[in-house]
This record gives sequence, structure tokens and C-alpha cells, in this order.
Amino acid sequence: MAILKTKNDKSNPRLNEALIATRHRRHYYDMFASKLIAFSGIGLIVTISLIFVYLLKEVLPLFKAAEIERVAEYQILELEDSAALHWAMDEPGLSALRLNQSGSALFIDTQSGEILDTLSLPIGAERDVTTFAFDSDESGVFALGLDDGSVVVAQYLWQSDATDQNNQRQISPTINFLFEVPKPANSTSAVTELAIRLIDTNYLLAITNNDGQFHLLELKAPDQAQFPDEFFQAEPMGVEEIAEISRVFSSVDKLFIDGDGRFLFRVSQTGEAVVYDVKRSFLEQSLAVAAAVELGNGSETITDIQFLLGELSLIVATDSGSLAQWFVVRSEEEIELVQIRDFELRNSSIRQLATEQRRKNFAAVDAAGNLAMFNTTANRLLFRVELIDSQPVDLVISPRGTRLLVESANNHLSYWRIDNPHPEISFSTLWSRVWYESYPEPEYVWQSSSASNDFEPKFSLAPLTFGTLKAAFYAMLFASPLAICAAIYTGYFMTPVLRRSVKPMIELMEALPTVVLGFLAGLWLAPFVEANLLGILSLLVFMPLGIGLSSFLWFIAPKKIRLLLSDGWEAIFLVPVVVAILFVSLSLGPFLEAILFDGNIQRWLSEQYGISYNERNAMIVGFAMGFAVIPTIYSIAEDAIFSVPKHLSDGSLALGATAWQSLFYVVLPMASPGIFSALMIGLGRAVGETMIVLMATGNTPIIDMNLFEGMRTLAANMAVEVPESEVNSTHYRILFLAALCLFLFTFVVNTIAEVVRQRLRLKYRNL
Amino acid sequence: MMSKFLKWSSSGLPWVWVSAASVAASLLMVVGLIALLAVRGISHFWPADVLQATYSAVSETNEILRTEVIGEFVNSETVNAQQVQATGVVIESGADVVQRQLIKVGNRDITGTDFVWLINDFLQDVEYPPDVVTLERTEWGNFYGFLTALSDSNETILDGTEDGFEQLWVEFNNRLTQVQIIRDQIQEIENRQLADINYRMQRLQVEERRAVAQNSLDDAQKDQFTTMRQVLNSEYEIQRLQLLSLEQQASQDSAAFIAANGDVIDIPLFTIVRAFQPNQLSAAGKFQIFLAKVGEFLTEEPREANTEGGVYPAIFGTVMMVLLMSVIVTPLGVIAAVYLREYARQGLFTQMVRVAVNNLAGVPSIVYGVFGLGFFIYFIGAEIDQGFYSDNLPSPTFGTPGLLWASLTLALLTVPVVIVATEEGLARIPSSVREGSLALGATKFETLWRVVLPMASPAMMTGLILAVARAAGEVAPLMLVGVVKLAPSLPVDGYYPYLHLDQKFMHLGFHIYDVGFQSPNIEAATPLVFATAFLLVAVIATLNFGAVALRNHLREKYKSLDV
Repeated sequence: MAILKTKNDKSNPRLNEALIATRHRRHYYDMFASKLIAFSGIGLIVTISLIFVYLLKEVLPLFKAAEIERVAEYQILELEDSAALHWAMDEPGLSALRLNQSGSALFIDTQSGEILDTLSLPIGAERDVTTFAFDSDESGVFALGLDDGSVVVAQYLWQSDATDQNNQRQISPTINFLFEVPKPANSTSAVTELAIRLIDTNYLLAITNNDGQFHLLELKAPDQAQFPDEFFQAEPMGVEEIAEISRVFSSVDKLFIDGDGRFLFRVSQTGEAVVYDVKRSFLEQSLAVAAAVELGNGSETITDIQFLLGELSLIVATDSGSLAQWFVVRSEEEIELVQIRDFELRNSSIRQLATEQRRKNFAAVDAAGNLAMFNTTANRLLFRVELIDSQPVDLVISPRGTRLLVESANNHLSYWRIDNPHPEISFSTLWSRVWYESYPEPEYVWQSSSASNDFEPKFSLAPLTFGTLKAAFYAMLFASPLAICAAIYTGYFMTPVLRRSVKPMIELMEALPTVVLGFLAGLWLAPFVEANLLGILSLLVFMPLGIGLSSFLWFIAPKKIRLLLSDGWEAIFLVPVVVAILFVSLSLGPFLEAILFDGNIQRWLSEQYGISYNERNAMIVGFAMGFAVIPTIYSIAEDAIFSVPKHLSDGSLALGATAWQSLFYVVLPMASPGIFSALMIGLGRAVGETMIVLMATGNTPIIDMNLFEGMRTLAANMAVEVPESEVNSTHYRILFLAALCLFLFTFVVNTIAEVVRQRLRLKYRNL
Repeated sequence: MMSKFLKWSSSGLPWVWVSAASVAASLLMVVGLIALLAVRGISHFWPADVLQATYSAVSETNEILRTEVIGEFVNSETVNAQQVQATGVVIESGADVVQRQLIKVGNRDITGTDFVWLINDFLQDVEYPPDVVTLERTEWGNFYGFLTALSDSNETILDGTEDGFEQLWVEFNNRLTQVQIIRDQIQEIENRQLADINYRMQRLQVEERRAVAQNSLDDAQKDQFTTMRQVLNSEYEIQRLQLLSLEQQASQDSAAFIAANGDVIDIPLFTIVRAFQPNQLSAAGKFQIFLAKVGEFLTEEPREANTEGGVYPAIFGTVMMVLLMSVIVTPLGVIAAVYLREYARQGLFTQMVRVAVNNLAGVPSIVYGVFGLGFFIYFIGAEIDQGFYSDNLPSPTFGTPGLLWASLTLALLTVPVVIVATEEGLARIPSSVREGSLALGATKFETLWRVVLPMASPAMMTGLILAVARAAGEVAPLMLVGVVKLAPSLPVDGYYPYLHLDQKFMHLGFHIYDVGFQSPNIEAATPLVFATAFLLVAVIATLNFGAVALRNHLREKYKSLDV
């Protein structure tokens, strides 16, 4: 640039054309190069910041509110004929099946409201349905209570026919008759309440009839294997009765059987609930009460009760608009039906509940026309909308949880699309105690996957964060005194000759691959420490004592000996001393153990204090990760101490202070910001270290400060779970959240350290 | 005395000594760790003497359990007597502690375990018989025993008692050599010819599928495909028959051995990798075997689920990944550093960028791994598959962990190292040098290209070496973006496109993790892991010292300019 500006082509005729051309070319090269370098440089910096942006982008959908949007609205006049027993939707939610009280079933297109087909329920002529119960939408098994006292068990199934011209899968329902439960002898009174549960191959049925007779039956279908294939079963299956209990109830109460077939719930209109132990009942041949409780506040009327996915929790809705989740909590010897949490809608009577088939969500409509969806684990209102001038009576959610259909009075139907990918996340699921199903109390749990479908994911980051901090804490506990003391000695006392070789030696530790440290920690150190626990622990006492003693001996030794060791070489002299102390501690260990701790310190600890010992524990991680962190802290702290201007300590020494005094009162205060930043950077490294923790602990996500127990850290958790998590699932995004947390934490910590260090440098320069 | 003590404690000397002891302890830890790795790693290759002894322990029911033991001494330890008694062994002497030793008894096919713990007091008649043979086998680990006979197609041709042991041993070795030659041939056929046919078969399938997808498959083409397939099939058949005959030839010979428990075991020579009589070997002979084993370790494929044999594919994978990463990281890092130092306006913003870049080096490596998996593989890789490899979908080509993504992820991880080192080098070059060049009429780029960059090149090298050293030791991110425990083939081979960027690869660091923690027989695998760890540490330490030496050299070189 400068060249071109100073040149003056016309005034200098001797400058020939070729030279001008060269200059132009050079100028363009220069321009081009600076553009390219600027572009690439900025590009790379942007790319690096992309890491943050990308992590954020993956995490943000977790915190996005659910969205709901009305897709269609229509009226189906045929609905007027009778009330709905049950609504079911197909997998994508494109069609729905309505089982009618009148004994028919309507198959409708949910987008247009067009009636595609009308099926009939297998109840035979001249009988009316009085009550209805269903097992789950997954099995499609339901039971119809009839006015003559018998119960018909049937099943609806979604069948995908061959693809049509548009390559669209055609899905249509069929209803199969499975078997009929004969009415009880000498009674023809109508069935009033009913519950059914399919457990493996057995059916549990609870029936009450108009005479107040109650029956609990366990039936066995002869060949369950036929079920999935033979949709059109002409003959009813023969049923073998396994057990039955009968008695008489005075009131007409709703009946429910939980998913394991373990408990039978009987709930009255006013909310008095009795829980019976099914297995014990059959054993004792009479209903065995396990627990009894009041579900409402006494003045409320129960309007609807539904099982949440997994059939363990009951969602109870009342006419005062309260919604609550209840499940059976079993502590030692005691069984209780407990209200776990409640949900707010509005203060209007809840009309109907619907639960999702794959997640712990449920939706509710109330008399005021509010429609809301909740997630129980997250205790979170996902969305709430108002249905305009309609009186909702029933609703259904599609299996994938993406569509919703609301039936209102006047045969009015509205069809909604829901975008709700991550309902189970809220601040409380990530960071607070959560009362999970079949847990005795609220807990912090990380358990991300399971074989079963109705599993309640447990995404508490608390145990992982705790594990991370615990590992970092023990590592820092081991590393910081050692590294800072070593830095003090190397930076202030050591002779320069020695320093030149010692410093790179210790810094070499930093280059050691952590996988090697982890391997040694897990396979060599852990068994070694377990066998020599007392020897290692006694080092805490022997090492300072031994060093102090040798120092004192040297102090009182005759001058001749003292002159052998010139100042600044103590470290080398101490190497054999340290080895000797180590050797003495380790060889005394077994004897001390035999004398003091009955020969086995681990057993002694667990008997005396209940402290359990795990071979791969926090102490091992502390040693191994401390080893990885020492060089980081050492190197930075040593730089800070070494670069304290010499004239400061010289002045102090000249005034009569001892070397230690000038170090402690002059050098260290000057260097302390540097030491602080060294510790911060060390902490950053300890928090993010993966391989050592992965290999040197058992990786169990527990919250326990015990030195002899393991932990699972955020980093190790990512290494284990990211490869197997499903892309864009909640689990995947939470792992990204963990990565983002680690990223931000280390970035902030390092920035603080860096800023402190730069200010320190400025301070030194000014001195 | 008391006054001396007070004087001592007020002198600050104890504190000085404590801090000196910290240095001593840190030094000991580094040296001890490297020594431990070196000793355990190298001793894995040294042929150990084999002892024979009688072990008689008393059980709780007062039975005397007498067993013969043949094996290698591994290590010994002092344990609490109670712990030993808890396992059902009666110790009479009433001592608090007992000495026990770990013996590698091998013969996993007979005894089920390779290692036993034996209490010293119960070991009797320990001797080192000269005739004992150590066999390294392709399966079931080592075998220790005595050679008794040699047979060909189930017929005994030589017997130790009749024909003399010397002759037997010589003939055994001759035949072993022959069998090993055949084994090499078999390997050649499997790895070359069969792989070649396989490759052509796959190409054919891909072409056919493409033709079907484009609806351009007519009858003539169909026939062509069929004939080509037939040709390949017949070629395959020829090779297979040859393989069969070789295998048969190799499996004819077998040798009979007496194991420690007195059983006579017939071992086909085909399964023997190496046989020697350790107790007869001179130091030179042992050294020869040591060298052979080191050679095997460095150049052979792993055997027995990675717990034996070599680590060649892991070395190759590590080197390949590091090379690719260097190719990516060097230009990027250098350009960014040049921009920051030479082109960008120095100010608060540049300072902030500098701090940020510095801090990125401290971001946990696993975070880079997660980013690499999400961004490179699931996002960019999936896009590439959609665009260029849609034939292979739904099986992913680049949408799955592989070499390219691992290199890119590690390049991102190490780019701060290169930037920082290069910047430091650029900062060290006095501005007088630049000004001199500019004053002579050079453009800024010319100054940079001809003067500044050559002077900064050692700094870039330092940065690169440090980056390589860091990359070679990283495992956590690689577990997400590309390494596998056992890769079927190397990422470079003779088939187009020669360098398979999409392939998964093996890595020394991951090898350590996998063999040390995921293998079923950890005790048997541990020596190999030590050897691998030592190899990795040696490589990385060499690189680091190289970088330090280079940096010092550089500082010396430009000291004179620093006026």
C-alpha cells in the first residue's frame, strides 16, 4: 500500500511498463492475501464460537413451551345417538374410533369429520351396555358390562392395510370378540361398575352389579398366542377361571386395577378410596384391605379418574377443578395411597381426563371450556387453551402425543395439533428432588433409559453435578497443596540449575494421556490402595512427621554435615527420605491394621461407622485426577512466584527477615492472584476430565460425600450415554445441556483466571 | 534441645522442607509412573523363567490339597492372614500377615484361569526344569508343559522317551517353522485374494443397485451382472479350495505335551505362535525372543479379542488420525494467528478473542466430542449422505462416526494450541525486522511470506508438535466420533479411493481403555495394556520434549534480535 501511494508513474518516465505491471500484481497479491487472511482468520474464530451456538441450539428446544393449534372443527350428527364409552386414535392421529353406548362404533376421519365406517360391538342383540372398562390403549382390550349381568371382553386393533394408490398406508380398526364372562348364578341384575386388567396371559376383572354383588375374577385365556394374528375370531375363546372372590357392597363405587394386577382401587363418588391387595385377597379368599384414604376434601365430588401411563398412578379430577396424582407408596411393611402432587387448571368442574400412551402426560377439560395438558414428572402445565363456546365432554390424545380430539356438547368436535417434544423437563426435574412412581420418597435420580415402554425417565442432573464437584473437590484437595508447595519451592528456593531440569519434568505430567492415568488408577492403584488402605492413610501422619523430623535432625546436625547440602538442593536430598517414609508406612500398614482394626480396616469402617468401601472410589479419583491437575497448577503458580521482582524479596532479606518470612510476607501476597488463577485453571481441568473418572470409579450416579464411594460425573456420563441416545430425544438434549454447562463453567472459570493473570502481569511490569 | 526446637520452628525451615518434599513427591510421582509403565510394559515381552513346584494347602476339612504347578512368577504381596482365611485356606502359624504370589499358570483350556494366587509357605520343591516349554498360542493364551511326542495325521512319528528329547525338540521346531510358513500363506490369501474378490463383489452389487434404482437395467445388463458374479464366485471357489488344502496341510502336525496336572494334551502346531524353552535360554536367546515379541507387538494384528498379539492397527489408526488432523489444523491455526497478530487492529476486541481462544484450550475435550457427534456427524454427515451417498441409505456412509470426523473434532480441539504457539512466535519477532523489509519496498504480504513466517516457523512447529501430542493422547472425544475396539480393515488400502475417510479406526488410547476395562479376562490382558500405555507415553513424551527443545532452540536463535 505504502509503495503505491508514494509512486508517481507519470513524473518518473524511467519506470518502465513491466515494473508497473509487477507493482500492480504485487499490490493485488497483497490485497488478496490480506482479504484472505482476514476472511479465514475471522472464519475460524466464528467457527470456534459456533461450538457454543450449536450446543445452545440443541439445548433450547428443551425449554420451549408446548404449542397447540386447532386444525379442524366439525359436527357429526350421528354422535347424538348415544354417549361415548371410549375414544381411541390411530398412531399418527389421522383417524379415530368412538365406542358408543348404543353398541356400535364409529370410525371417523379426524381431519374432515367424515364417517369412514360403522362397526358394531360384539354384545349380541337385545342387550344393552351399562358400563365400560378398558385395559390400555396399547393392548386395546376392553370390557363391556351388560344389562343382563354378563361381561363381554373384546379388543380393538388398528390394522394397516396394503398401501393405496397414493402410497399412503391405510389404517382401519377392527373389533374382536374375545370371550364372555357369564353372569353370576341366580342374578340377572345389570353390571354397574367394571375394571379389567390384562397381565401377561391372565385377565383380572372386578365387577359390581345392581344388587351390590361384587366379583373379583382371575381368568386365563387358553391360547394367547393366537391373539395378534387372528383378527377375525368367530368363536369366543374358552376361558378358564383361576380364582374368584364375591361379596356385597353397599354403594356403587368406581373400580380400578393397577398395571401389575397388585392392587384393586374402589373409589366412591365423594372420594373415599379403599385399596385392596389382590394377591392376598385371592390367598385369603376375602378382600384384604391394604390402605384407605380420602381422595378429595370431603365436599368435592370425583368427576373422573384415569390411570397414567404405566397404570401405577391415578389422576383424580373433582368438580371443584382440582387435579391430583396419587400412587401407592410402599415403605417397610406399610402401604399407603399418597397424593404425590396436584395440578392447577381453573376452578371449574373437570369434565374428563385423557392420558398419553407413551409419556407421563395427561390432558383435562373442564366445564368452563378450558383444555390443558400436564406432565406429572415435571409437575408442569404444558399448555392451556380455551375452547370457544363449547361444552367439552370427552377427549383423546393420539399415541404419539401429537394430535388431540375434543368432543363437545352438540356433537361438536375439534381437532388439534400439539407440538410437545420435551414435556418431561422443568427446572424441578433437573435440579430438585422428584417423587418418581414406586419410589418411597422424593429423590434425586439419574436413570435415563430402561427396557420397558412405560418407564418414567429420571433426568436429575443433581447427582451428576454432585459427582463432578466431588471428584474435582478431592482432586483439588490432593493436588493444590502439593502443587502450590512445589511451586513455592521451585519458584523461590530452588537453585536455577536444578530448576531448569525439574520444571519440565513436572510439566511432563501434563502431557501424560489421561487414559493412561485412568488405566493405572483403575487397574493398578485401586487394588493397591484397597490392599494397603491403612498404609496410604497413615502417610497423612507419617509424611509430615518424617519430613519435620528429618528437617530438625538436619537443623541440629553438626555444621560439617549441614554444609554438604547447599541451599536450594533440599528437594533432591528429600527424594530418598520420601521414599523411605513411603516404604515405612506401607510396610507398617498390615501390622497396624491387625492391631488397631481387627485386621481389616474396610470391615471395621463399615461395622463401626457404616462407611462402605468401594474399590474404585473418590480417593482413587482424587489421586489420579490430582496427578493430572498438579502440573497445571504448578506451572502457572510457579511462573507467578518466579516472576515476582527479585528486588522486593532482596529488600525484605536485607531488613533481616528470614527466607521464609520474605516469601510469606512479600512474595506470596504479590503472587497470590497468580496462584488463584492457577487453582481456577486446575479446577476447570478437574471438572471436565473424563477418562480418569470413567476408568477409576464405578460410575454410579449417587449423592454421597463418602471418600470411599464412587460417583458419576457429567463428563463421564456424556462419554457413556451420548453414543446410545436417540438423536433429538429429550435424553440427547439433556446430555447436550450437560455439555453446555461444562463448556460455560470452564469458560467462565478460565476467563476469570486469565483476566486475573493479565492484571498481575501488568502489576509486575509497573514495579 | 528445647531452645533448639523453638529456634528451628521459628526459622521457617520446616516449611521450606515441606515445600521441598512436595517437589520431591511430585518428581517421584512422575518418575515412578513412567518407570512403572516402562518396567511393566517392557517385561511383558521378556521371556520369563518357568517354575515348577508342588503346592500343598490344608483345607478347612483338614484335607491336604496337593497340586503341581507350572508357571511364571508375576508378583508377590503381603496380605492380611484373615483375608486369606476367609477364602477357606487354613493358616496354622498364627501369623498376622502372609506372603503370597501370583503365578501365571496359563493352560486356560484345561484349568479355566490363567492366574493363581499361591501362599509362599505352602510352596514346596520349587525348581526350574530346563525342558519346560512355553507355548504362545493363537487361542487360550499361553501353555506351559513338557513336550513328549510329535505326530503327523494322528500317527506318532517321534516320541521323547524313545527317540531322545533333543531330536524331538529339533524336529518339533522344524515342523513349527513349516506350519508357520503355511499360516502366512493362508493369511496372504485371506487378506489379499479373498478381500479383493469381496471388494469386487461389493462394487458389483452397488452398480447393480444403482442400475435398478435408475430403471436402466435391461436383460443384457442383467446377464452381464450374472456372468460377472459367476466369474467372481468361481474365483472365490478356487481360492477357497486352496485355502482348505493349506489348512489341512497345516493342521496335520500336532505335538503332545504333559501339563502341570499330568494330563497329556495334544496341541496342533497350527495353533502355536511361538515355542521356546525359557529356562535353557541364554540372555542373548531371551533377547532374541524379546525382540521378536516387540516386533510382533508393533507390526501384527491383535489376537484373542485384543488381549494378545500386536497393536499395529491401533498405531496405524492413531498416526493416520493425527496426520489428517495436522493437515487440517496447521493452516487454520497459522492463518488465525497471523490474522490476530499481523492484520487485525490491536484493541480490546482482539484481546478478547485472544483470551477466548486461550480458554478454548481449557474446555473439556468431551464437550468437543459431543459437538463433533452432533454437528459433524448427525448434521453435516447426514447432509453429505443425502447428497452423495443416497444409494447406500439407510446405512450411513458419513453420517456415522469415522476417521474424517475424528480428525476434524481433534483439529478443533487443538487449534487453540497452534494459534497460541504461533502467535507467541510472531510476537517474538522484533518489529525492526518487519520494518526493515517494508522499508526495502516489500508489500505487507511479501514481508509476511518471506521474512516473518520463516522466522516464526519453529514456533509453528512447536505448536503443531504440542497439538499432535495432545491429540494422540485424547480418547474421550474419540469415543463419540470414530474409534472402535476392532476395525475390520485399515483406513488406507489398495482399493479406490485408497484413503477411507468414512471408516472407523482403532486408536492406542482407546485400546488401553477397551482392553483394560471391557475385556473379559482383564488379568491376562493387563501386561499388554501396560505395554500399549508405555508405547503411547513414550511417543507423547518424545513429542513433548521435542517441542520443548525446539522452543528453547528458537529462543536462543532470536535472542540476539531482542535488543
